[in-house]
Amino acid sequence: METSPLAIHVTGLHKSYGKLEVLKGVDFAVASGSIFALLGSNGAGKTTVVRILSTLLKPDGGSASVNGFDAVAQPEKVRASISLTGQFAAVDQILTGRENLIMVARLRQVKNPRQVADDLLERFGLTDAGGRRVAAYSGGMRRRLDIAMSLIGNPPVIFLDEPTTGLDPEARIEVWKEIQSLAGKGTTVLLTTQYLEEAEKLADRIAILHQGTIIVSGTLADLRQLLPPVQAELVERQPTLEEIFLSIVGTKEMQ
Amino acid sequence: MSSHVVSNTNVMLGRSIRHVSRSMDTIITVTIMPIAFMLLFRYVFGGAIQAGTANYTNYLMPGILLIAIASGISYTGFRLFNDMQSGIFERFHSMPIARSSVLWGHVLTSVVSNAISVVVIIGVGLVMGFRTSAGVLAWLAVVGILALFTLALTWVAMIAGLAASSPDGASAFSYPLVFLPFISSAFVPTDTMPGPVKAFAEHQPVTSIVNTIRALFEQQPVGNDIWIALGWCAGILIVAYAFAMRAYHRKIA
Repeated sequence: METSPLAIHVTGLHKSYGKLEVLKGVDFAVASGSIFALLGSNGAGKTTVVRILSTLLKPDGGSASVNGFDAVAQPEKVRASISLTGQFAAVDQILTGRENLIMVARLRQVKNPRQVADDLLERFGLTDAGGRRVAAYSGGMRRRLDIAMSLIGNPPVIFLDEPTTGLDPEARIEVWKEIQSLAGKGTTVLLTTQYLEEAEKLADRIAILHQGTIIVSGTLADLRQLLPPVQAELVERQPTLEEIFLSIVGTKEMQ
Repeated sequence: MSSHVVSNTNVMLGRSIRHVSRSMDTIITVTIMPIAFMLLFRYVFGGAIQAGTANYTNYLMPGILLIAIASGISYTGFRLFNDMQSGIFERFHSMPIARSSVLWGHVLTSVVSNAISVVVIIGVGLVMGFRTSAGVLAWLAVVGILALFTLALTWVAMIAGLAASSPDGASAFSYPLVFLPFISSAFVPTDTMPGPVKAFAEHQPVTSIVNTIRALFEQQPVGNDIWIALGWCAGILIVAYAFAMRAYHRKIA
């Protein structure tokens, strides 16, 4: 983060829905080519942050830049730099998997849309299912297709909004592998999740969004240091991220 | 970005047309109901109706076509609503494409699918004895008015699709529109109606559109009706477009 340029930079982000203040000054930065996990409970505002970064929502205050472009002032340049997938970005259920990929490739003006679609079907183990309608896909297949669609055009930044919610453990591990291989190729990944294990496994840096602000951010090792030293027990063990999360969230609420 | 509008809209149209062609039930319900009305009025009520015309199928045809379009656009609202709900709308809006293509894909699909049902209904009408002496120009005028009517109602449907909170709400708005031709000159002359009903019938959009299309089919002078019809269609189109854009910007704000 010190040397590599910032792929995402968010400062003082505010957003309210009517009287409900969802974001109360969110700050974080994501280095290029890293995986950044935004962790929080339901309703913490994770999706609101992603919607602002992907130009679907305008913030009330603060600034958000992606790939060096301002999300409010240069939305078209931001959109050319990103892909959005996950919770609220759907695939077309009536089309086949292959048709979904071809559609996105055509929209992104990629050359040889059919070839791109076939390659991605192959890579995500969907070649046999490619001719079937997505409505008949399992949750894991749909999520794989979803991620495949977001890779078309090689955007430098990918937003994955709760990419494994509702998946069985095997499908989850498959999605994790894909995410890791993405970052290995230099793509920046912003991941939102409520699964602490997911953040622990994948992310280079983790930020915890709670009640509208980032209450903690850093590497997993940084977060571990926030807790008092490990208690002497019969078996010494490191606190899990889940314990860290619950402890931090709990103390904040008491203040 | 604007150079992509045509290409993007084309992709959106292709997608939406696939949706239509893969749900045959929507095509069938859109064409069956007007055909049923056509059969009902031609073979059940027709004998008792004094329309002052030798060929009652000819008399019926314009109103039946308007009913078909009014019910066809309910699916336009429904399809747009589904896109909004499913999240594919947001996916498109986060992509480097012309955003207007998302709505225009639906609008063009509505025009194409309604054109198909109009052709089917005219085909059935021909079997039932519909005959016209209309020349190329008159046909072009009929096509133009029907296309403008479809566009105007499609933008009404877009408002419903954008603003509705349930799938029923996104399609139910078309019921009164389907009903409108019954209180017009579509099936019986307005002369026999009691005062207030007659006043409504003669001053609502359907009557002028029906009279114009009927006159074009019969090679009769269209008189003032064509301008009133065009005025209604253009007026509805402009107002509906403005409201749809307002609903759209509220959604994406």
